[in-house]
Amino acid sequence: MTKVSMTVNGKPAQAEAEGRTLLSSFLREELGLTGTHVGCDTSQCGACVVHVNGVAVKSCTMLAIEAEGADVATIEGQAAADGTLNIIQQAFQDHHGLQCGFCTPGMVMSTAALLQENPKPSEQEIREYLEGNICRCTGYHNIVKAIMAASGQDVSAIAAE
Amino acid sequence: MPKDSDQIESGIGASPKRREDVRFLTGAGNYTDDINLNGQAYVYFLRSDMAHGRIISIDTSDAAAMPGVVQIFTGADFEAVGGIPCGWQITDKHGEVMQEPAHPVLAQGKVRYVGDAIAAVVADSLDQARDAAEAIVLDIEELPAVINMKAALKEGATKVHDDLTSNLCYDWGFVEENKPAVEEAFAKAAHVTTLELVNNRLIANPMEPRVALGDFNRATGDSTLYTTSQNPHVIRLLMGAFVLGIPEHKLRVIAPDVGGGFGTKIFHYAEEAFCTFAAKALNRAVKWTSSRAEAFISDAHGRDHVTTIQLALDSDNNFTALRTDTHANMGAYLSTFAPSVPTWLHGTLMAGNYKTPLIYVNVKAVFTNTVPVDAYRGAGRPEATFQLERVIDKAARELGVDPIALRRQNFITEFPYATPVAVEYDTGDYNATMDKLEEIADLAGFAARRAKSEARGLVRGLGVNCYIEACGIAPSNLVGQLGARAGLYESATVRVNATGGLVVMTGSHSHGQGHETSFPQVIAEMIGIDESMVEIVHGDTANTPMGMGTYGSRSLAVGGSAMVRATEKIIAKAKKIAAHILEASDADIELKDGQFSIAGTDKSLAWGDVTLAAYVPHNYPLEDIEPGLEETAFYDPANFTYPSGAYACEVELDPETGKVSIERFAAADDFGNIVNPMIVDGQVHGGIGQGIGQALLEAAVYNEDGQLLSASYMDYAMPRADDLPFYQVDHSCQTPCTHNPLGVKGCGEAGAIGSPPAVVNAVVDALQSMGKDVTHVDMPLSPARVWAAMNG
Amino acid sequence: MYNFEVEKPTSIADAVAALSADEAQALGGGQTLIPTLKQRLASPSKLVSLSGIAEMQGMRLAAGSLCIGGATSHATVAAEATGSYPALAALAGGIGDPAVRNRGTIGGSLANNDPAACYPAAALASGAVIVTNAREIAADDFFDGLFTTVLEEGEIVTEVRLQVPEAANYQKFVQPASRFALVGVFVAKFANAVRVAVTGASEEGVFRWSEAEAALSSNFSADALEGLSVAPEGMMADIHGSKAYRAHLLGVLTKRAVAAAA
Repeated sequence: MTKVSMTVNGKPAQAEAEGRTLLSSFLREELGLTGTHVGCDTSQCGACVVHVNGVAVKSCTMLAIEAEGADVATIEGQAAADGTLNIIQQAFQDHHGLQCGFCTPGMVMSTAALLQENPKPSEQEIREYLEGNICRCTGYHNIVKAIMAASGQDVSAIAAE
Repeated sequence: MPKDSDQIESGIGASPKRREDVRFLTGAGNYTDDINLNGQAYVYFLRSDMAHGRIISIDTSDAAAMPGVVQIFTGADFEAVGGIPCGWQITDKHGEVMQEPAHPVLAQGKVRYVGDAIAAVVADSLDQARDAAEAIVLDIEELPAVINMKAALKEGATKVHDDLTSNLCYDWGFVEENKPAVEEAFAKAAHVTTLELVNNRLIANPMEPRVALGDFNRATGDSTLYTTSQNPHVIRLLMGAFVLGIPEHKLRVIAPDVGGGFGTKIFHYAEEAFCTFAAKALNRAVKWTSSRAEAFISDAHGRDHVTTIQLALDSDNNFTALRTDTHANMGAYLSTFAPSVPTWLHGTLMAGNYKTPLIYVNVKAVFTNTVPVDAYRGAGRPEATFQLERVIDKAARELGVDPIALRRQNFITEFPYATPVAVEYDTGDYNATMDKLEEIADLAGFAARRAKSEARGLVRGLGVNCYIEACGIAPSNLVGQLGARAGLYESATVRVNATGGLVVMTGSHSHGQGHETSFPQVIAEMIGIDESMVEIVHGDTANTPMGMGTYGSRSLAVGGSAMVRATEKIIAKAKKIAAHILEASDADIELKDGQFSIAGTDKSLAWGDVTLAAYVPHNYPLEDIEPGLEETAFYDPANFTYPSGAYACEVELDPETGKVSIERFAAADDFGNIVNPMIVDGQVHGGIGQGIGQALLEAAVYNEDGQLLSASYMDYAMPRADDLPFYQVDHSCQTPCTHNPLGVKGCGEAGAIGSPPAVVNAVVDALQSMGKDVTHVDMPLSPARVWAAMNG
Repeated sequence: MYNFEVEKPTSIADAVAALSADEAQALGGGQTLIPTLKQRLASPSKLVSLSGIAEMQGMRLAAGSLCIGGATSHATVAAEATGSYPALAALAGGIGDPAVRNRGTIGGSLANNDPAACYPAAALASGAVIVTNAREIAADDFFDGLFTTVLEEGEIVTEVRLQVPEAANYQKFVQPASRFALVGVFVAKFANAVRVAVTGASEEGVFRWSEAEAALSSNFSADALEGLSVAPEGMMADIHGSKAYRAHLLGVLTKRAVAAAA
């Protein structure tokens, strides 16, 4: 066991980890941050996406020890302290971009990374960026729409009903 | 009358933001794997890596001595325990009941599929359990695997279950008495179209893998199971009564936030029984969390039908008869609903939207050395729709007629309509949904779009189809006659608190459907209060009435109807209280906008005054009614609901590679009245996504040795965002259901039922337009398959 | 996963020393290794993380070659090679998904030599030199069949030097599930030669299609490929594509790559 320290959502965090402890397990089991989900074991579903030093990573495919000293952001740190949803979270709610909610933390974190890189992505750019985030409920329609809305684009013309 | 949803701000027909979203968007959801109990142990299941084998010995002695191991269980530990029950018994065409094999919690005597659990290692940590599982010494004699259904039925085939007479579960004929008339109609037909096809085996793949956490309270002797289920009461009944022998009052089943179900979380699984059993045996909580790899070989699969369908037409192109011959894979054991899927959820839908007078359906259900197969979104109805809508398309091509015109010509137009396959459609307007489809899909513009594609070297195809489905399952007396071993009503308890807020405890379960938002819309509108005053409680057998859960697009049609009935009782009682306080007669009391008033006067009383009086009965008709305001209703539907619609898909085909891309997809559905249009849209979107997944991408493929070749996301192609387009969906055609109080029809499965034939029809259209003599390609239409078809 | 120790050296020398331990294994971005470990298909006693070694990060142009540190992520190459070697940047930007690209490294990809990975095609087509802690290896000599290279135990890819061609293009036809290459073709046109490298197709792993190279060297146009094909024998076959289909795709993609590069 090694003591692993990192900053999580702006606060120092520290816990014991084995060499094999994944960052996702460290967050969920050691720090109790169960908003980060694990939906596969082949690094494809993206439910576990968090940011490490400002970039999106799959926390189920990174060892906790590798995040020693890093700045980690998870879904739990996305809303304001008073609970106000951030612009991405709000857009997902406004446009029904989630159903069961299991893939949602990863979707929100990937969207945050996308909009950092590309503040006004096209529909196609969004769809391509989400290659590593699988949703089984929404058929992606309202996720893509929510992301376009979160980036300030007019989505009123997109087929809704 | 349908309301214009844009005008509606609250209540039925509005689209309020989902209240459950806030917790899901902030990481505050409470999924089963997020729950950890003090001192819990972990279980790892050692699963068979061979499809069929005889267990000679299982030596756990070295493993049991490994660090952290609490106990190792094998089939022998469960000999005194019941098997996993099947919820449905089919009677075959000879009047015999189906063959029903024992289904042990852990394998006994033989392993029957890759994934069959042989031993369960409970240890202080999951890694320790897995380490110890590797130290178990197995001696298993490998037997030939039975994978192909037709081979499994051949004389002398290896038997999956030695104690059964063969691998045939049942041979079902429907309607058997129709058979001679059907044969005669075929003999007289002017034209017969025949199509052989496969409805590909799928894996539901909700993004949350299954989890079971068993707990035992030594002080009370109570067992608790936390599980990823669509129907906690069903699990409590099946597991308590049939497997473990725990009465309901000593067993609590909790299904908290559940990350998608799609059918595969309906069934009672061995892992649930194991964790409950082991927690009691060890006096310690026991947790199992499925890995995705494990999910592929332990979650029940779906579909897997092989069918020959024939359509007979007269010289005017009227459908005169239909017959089908289907082999349906059951896998190695009968999962909870498995026998009903290819029969009562499939045969009864073979009339589709058409007035075909004579229909005969034959289904042979077959045991194979594969994972059990059961309901997956649509369950039987996608299989029915696919074959019917494909054979009609093929017939139109053979006859050189427009496929839409051929459908319209044969539409059922008068309702109620009794089909020759035992169901009665209450309402529908198939021409209206087809008209709407032609509009929203801009079918008139197809030729121009095809020309544009051609200019880019791509071939455009258009596929259209209809669907009807039977959902909102189900009338208990009817399904009882058909072999269901349970009733399929739903329950609700409405508890009004003293200050006027309501808690609705429902047997329905929400795992993405948004019940916490949509159900209050109905209740609040009935009373005339704000939706925020209504809270939905579900998922815990300890605080909800015995209900049957969520599947078969039943939550609003059946569960919602129970809520309405309970709320009607609440209102009736509240009116009595109001009448007493207002010194009027019950019959003169009106409830509007949360105010009770005496008709024709300005005397009124607020909702909250009446609810307070119910609990502070100082001025109260105590001689007539009890204090308090809480009512329960059980609603058993009189019939299924019959949503219907018309779907259109446009594809572009790359003639060099065979790659198909979905360019446009439109769905015109009739769901009767709509409570929350936003949620309905979302349900249709998701269903279409899964239907396109089935049509283009997904396949659970076994090799002849019974190894699952598509056993991870590396080989099982899940639809991603860039595989799918925006969808054009419409549900403005509304013929309300006539037999439930809300006039609603189910919308959860329609998208998955209606979409696969549209995709395949479109691809065949593209291939035909290239001059290829291709009349069918089996799903999934992968680039390799389409290319092979083009170059066949 | 079996348990293991993790060491995080900050220099190549320290990494090499750490890798001399029994059953030690290098950990690049871990995007293949960690899923493999989860399946318990490997049991290293120690993982030596290469991500903290500054001298293995980043890229520079030198003598007509783009030299990329072995621990440089796909995302970095995708972002920073757009000017110097756009076809390579595009290839890197199409590997896996964004989160995978932020962790996965060029050195790790080449050392793993997955038969459906993209980078081996780029390295082979670019006539790359693969620099390790011990030696320089020509890409033509580096790959040695499925998941196999000539790297010795404990030897790490510290840098990859790719010759920048006059024109190049990579065409990837994705396997629908994994999104790896069902077939991928990298065409690179140099002043004196054309190199065509193919991934995803062959039972032997990444290879050069020499007939196409010869034809394109005298006439760099898709037309030059008319009539050329590879035999299906020797191609891979699985549930996503037959041998014949892969052989066919190879021809189509090569033409498309040439057309896009020309």
